[in-house]
Amino acid sequence: MDYFIQQLINGLTLGSIYGLVAIGYTMVYGIIGMINFAHGDIFMLGGFAALIVFLILTSFFAGIPVALLLLLMLVVGMLMTGLWNWTIERMAYRPLRGSFRLAPLITAIGMSIVLSNFIQVTQGPRNKPIPQLVSDVYHIGAITVSLKQILIVVITGILLAAFWYIVNKTPLGRAQRATEQDRKMAALLGVDVDRTISVTFVMGAALAAVAGSMYLMYYGVASFNDGFIPGVKAFTAAVLGGIGSLPGAVLGGLLIGLIESLWSAYFTIAYKDVATFAILAFVLIFKPTGILGRPEVEKV
Amino acid sequence: MNAASETGSTNIMSKALREAAFAGAIAFGMFLLFVGIETYQDIDNRLVWRTRWGLLAIFVIIAAVGRFVTVGFIRPHIDRRKLAKAKSGVLEISEEKGFFHRHFLKIALIALLIYPPMSVMLFGPQGSLKYVDNFGIQILIYVMLAWGLNIVVGLAGLLDLGYVAFYAVGAYSYALLSSYFGLSFWVLLPLAGILAAMWGVILGFPVLRLRGDYLAIVTLAFGEIIRLVLLNWTDVTKGTFGISGIAKASVFGIWSFNVGAPDYFPKALGLATSSAWYKIFLFYVILALCMLTAYVTIRLRRMPIGRAWEALREDEIACRSLGINTVTTKLTAFATGAMFGGFAGSFFATRQGFVSPESFVFLESAVILAIVVLGGMGSLTGIAIAAVVMVGGTELLREMEFLKLIFGPDFTPELYRMLLFGLAMIIVMLFKPRGFVGSRQPTAFLKQRKAVSGSFTKEGHG
Repeated sequence: MDYFIQQLINGLTLGSIYGLVAIGYTMVYGIIGMINFAHGDIFMLGGFAALIVFLILTSFFAGIPVALLLLLMLVVGMLMTGLWNWTIERMAYRPLRGSFRLAPLITAIGMSIVLSNFIQVTQGPRNKPIPQLVSDVYHIGAITVSLKQILIVVITGILLAAFWYIVNKTPLGRAQRATEQDRKMAALLGVDVDRTISVTFVMGAALAAVAGSMYLMYYGVASFNDGFIPGVKAFTAAVLGGIGSLPGAVLGGLLIGLIESLWSAYFTIAYKDVATFAILAFVLIFKPTGILGRPEVEKV
Repeated sequence: MNAASETGSTNIMSKALREAAFAGAIAFGMFLLFVGIETYQDIDNRLVWRTRWGLLAIFVIIAAVGRFVTVGFIRPHIDRRKLAKAKSGVLEISEEKGFFHRHFLKIALIALLIYPPMSVMLFGPQGSLKYVDNFGIQILIYVMLAWGLNIVVGLAGLLDLGYVAFYAVGAYSYALLSSYFGLSFWVLLPLAGILAAMWGVILGFPVLRLRGDYLAIVTLAFGEIIRLVLLNWTDVTKGTFGISGIAKASVFGIWSFNVGAPDYFPKALGLATSSAWYKIFLFYVILALCMLTAYVTIRLRRMPIGRAWEALREDEIACRSLGINTVTTKLTAFATGAMFGGFAGSFFATRQGFVSPESFVFLESAVILAIVVLGGMGSLTGIAIAAVVMVGGTELLREMEFLKLIFGPDFTPELYRMLLFGLAMIIVMLFKPRGFVGSRQPTAFLKQRKAVSGSFTKEGHG
């Protein structure tokens, strides 16, 4: 039982990270109906930004408090990836809006290749290890909970609450939901659609940056091709939860995290990704639009 | 009039300057950490950093100048040209096509047929290896894969992000069956195709109800599952080590290409011993396989099944209402596309002599899909051109030794191969969202065969 709860905690931590990335996928999908394949690499960029900020700060201010350090890593990472995603949307996706559906998908895949290779070229292909930032560990009975895990879950929770508030209670969120439902009608009613879409990309990127920084903190290593696997998992999470649905993305992320850690604990670790993907296919057979997705209405 | 145009141009210039400054600022922000700072490990294996302000300045200047030229000169120029065209009122339609255009396919086929002998004549047997193997065979494999995927994506309109799975199935069926049972290439080639087609049906069943991006993610997941199983099922597939020493293909079982064997093929023809002859033979094999793919695609498009695929792409509901069985239509599309992927896979295995899961990552699927879309979905010629440009272009980069003279001896062009590939994908899509070949040849027509614009064909919901 203790072992099970331990794995549950591990899964929850991992699931929080996937959930944060999945929100970026699901929001972009909801608002312009495209799979933003470069989102996983935005996550990777966020991790790298945090890594570089960490190196600079620790070399200038040796005794900097960890909390301040973490905060700065998160903030700079969020700004950095927000700027990147804003530019990417502007240059690679916006000119193709209203073009046929596969065109932005191909530019997104191209962008993903460009981003990971850009980091490989500028920062080198080797894994970048950093020393452990937070190493406190708490023991509750036979269960071990590290401060890292608590931090990840708490930060995720705070961000989700803030996010839920923005989307549901602010004028910006209203504009986003309006654009999602009917872009043309929203534009007619005075919503600046282009700006709303840009803001959505920036918000998604900021969440991905937080996830990237926490991934870096959790595993203590960053690499240029870190974007693909977590990106695909997060995308899987978004689809599993029902793409376009925010609670669905979080739920999907948590589910994927749990499946992964429980499978590794009770079966073979080698096949954990196979299990994840197989469960995705299995769920979609019975619920073709995901767990919380709205069924698509077919119009003639 | 003059004054007005002058204020217009100063306006443009000041706007261009503003935009250039903005672009420079954005570029500075974007590249400040990633280009301006370099992280590396020192002797103690600790991560440290140093600044690269010069490189950062170059990036910022390129962005600003690029923006300035675009806004100040290129865009007004395009606008002027458009205006002039609109004023003249003449639509550019040239009915009469040039000789080269009309006989493009014949010329291309003849050029391909004489390509290996020509390169042997020009560069000698050893020198021809590079041209026949690295360029010829490599490009033709991608042409074949892209044509196979075109059946699924271009004709049936089902977005498949895991096509490389069938390539892997083909490659591993040849590798395993030939090393465990010693079967020959010519027996295993059709068998690999059948096995891949079977996997296509296996993938097809669960995704029958899925549409659009749900379909895309499940196909992606399927591709990853196949790769992960190949990676982890070490008893059979040897995992990351891969399977090496895969048997070479023979000339229909009559002659072999094993040096020293009594039935060594070049000896039968009285040629010197060289691995180039084997590559030339393989070149013709893959060329024949490509022609088979093209022939089957062209013929199927005129048969009921091909028409059903295209009808499915255009409108699934109408398709169902007219009594077309969408289940068999989708499954045959998956199976046919997968079969060609399997052929290409078994060819790949015999050409490399070595297969490992490394060759079947998602990036391969993405590259194949990119070739299909960049060429213009549904257009065989366009796809072939895209394969030549994208694969040939990146292969060419390996040859750019002279760049070392410009950028110094540490410069490795290979490192920039995928970076440029990705950039090319984006740029081509931005300027030609319908692909290199913008016209399609409908197979059903009234009175006269005509090419239509690619924008008239739909891309399907799947």
